[in-house]
Amino acid sequence: MSAGFAQRAIQLAFLILAGGAWYALTQARVVSPLFLPPPQAVYATLTRLLATPQFWSAVQVTLTTIAKAYGIAIVSGVFVGYLITRSRFWTDVLEPVIAGLFTIPITLFFPLFILFFGIGPASKVAYGATYGFFPIALNTIAGLAHADERYLRAARSMGASGFDTFRHVLLPGALPVLLTGLRVGFFICFASVLGGEALSSIAGVGRNIALSAELMESARMYAWIAFVICTAVTLNFLMTFIENRAASYEAAER
Amino acid sequence: MSVMDTSEGVFMGMPRARAVALTRWAIVATAALALELYGRFFADPAFMQPVSAILRAWIDPVLSDARIIRALMDAVVEIAVAYALSIICGATIGIAIGVSNFARKSFLPIVLLLYAIPQVTLMPLFILIFGLGAAGKIAFGFSHGVFPVIVNVVAGMRNMNPLYLRAVQSMGGTRFDTLRHVIFPNMVPAFFVGLRLSMTLTLLGVILAELYVSTGGIGYFTRLFAENFNPAPLFALIGSLATIAILFNSLVRVAERRLTPGARAPGKLNLSGAKSR
Repeated sequence: MSAGFAQRAIQLAFLILAGGAWYALTQARVVSPLFLPPPQAVYATLTRLLATPQFWSAVQVTLTTIAKAYGIAIVSGVFVGYLITRSRFWTDVLEPVIAGLFTIPITLFFPLFILFFGIGPASKVAYGATYGFFPIALNTIAGLAHADERYLRAARSMGASGFDTFRHVLLPGALPVLLTGLRVGFFICFASVLGGEALSSIAGVGRNIALSAELMESARMYAWIAFVICTAVTLNFLMTFIENRAASYEAAER
Repeated sequence: MSVMDTSEGVFMGMPRARAVALTRWAIVATAALALELYGRFFADPAFMQPVSAILRAWIDPVLSDARIIRALMDAVVEIAVAYALSIICGATIGIAIGVSNFARKSFLPIVLLLYAIPQVTLMPLFILIFGLGAAGKIAFGFSHGVFPVIVNVVAGMRNMNPLYLRAVQSMGGTRFDTLRHVIFPNMVPAFFVGLRLSMTLTLLGVILAELYVSTGGIGYFTRLFAENFNPAPLFALIGSLATIAILFNSLVRVAERRLTPGARAPGKLNLSGAKSR
């Protein structure tokens, strides 16, 4: 208990120290406010930003793009993963291909997405969906391909149909791995949509970060970054929470 | 039912492994052929060109333009430097954090919190601070590559059979002996998992920054070709970068196979903390 308290204290001290260093450095004018604006200026800019309709319209563009990209990634990733694992031969053929492609940064192909889909949200949807597809498909394959053979045989010998087997044997067995894939896929989708917007776009959160950097409006850029980081960290906690709940639910049901 | 196939045995009169490899190559060949036919007969040449035209463009504007070669070489150097920095700093920080239970429980959550931040949002900031040259790209690649090394070094030092530790102690080993002869060798497989992931992310970071900075380097040429609707050299340039990425990845894999004691695939890492045994 006391060790746990000491660790919490160290973590808190670290955060306070980082914040304090930020404040002290900017107060002492050691670093140019162009690179590191003082925290209170960032906070003031953030509260001002939050009140503008432009802010929320940019957030809306990005959220819609992420939702579309993630939706496409889930459907295609789970579907392709399911189809591939129907045959062990195709699993052996295609799993290394998908895993190998995933080690190449798909960012490389971003100019092609721009070429094909333009600089509107469509190219970011396609880019985010492509990036999110891989971890979801790979985890679906990993989850479904390693189902216990005895359970499958038992289900079949008791006369289960293909769908019954999927619903009651394959899916519960694959769920933990599948959910991890969905979580990883979400954050990859999230990051790649923001990255795509920063690289080449006309609207959205990533575009606004890049734009304020180009205009040297550092406080505004930090405000946007702070907003995105808070959102990402909150979502991460939420996803982990859901995943743990689902895992314990599965464990309880079995 | 096909799920019941055994992994060994014969497939269509061939050993199974060869059938798998052949099918894989057949897929690649079919895809290339389909692209060639599509590019030749159906596609708008402003968006897609046949594979043969891309290969020609690879030899002519891409490989014969000294500026593009220069940009590609710069990217290679940036990736190598960012990766080396990631390994050195990641291993140092990882060992410092993983060396005691207390340090790990205190500092690993901070590392994981930083790891969870989408670094792309910081890309304009990196470029603003480090400039448009190689330094910004290296720093951005490093910010991607260092975290998986830290996390996996910590995990590797943790998934430790307590029996070994007790054995060293009972044989009178010092703390240094324990590190040198038990903890480090035990850490190697996890370390290489981190190195592999780190390479993927370093490549991502450097290439993202390369594409973001469009005043020079690769980003300039991709933008030039894309905006002039000149897809053949664009595909060729991207293909060259993909080849570089694949080479870097295979380098890590070869090093892993050479340097891991007892050649075998490293097991799945257990980051959640439960003992793997």
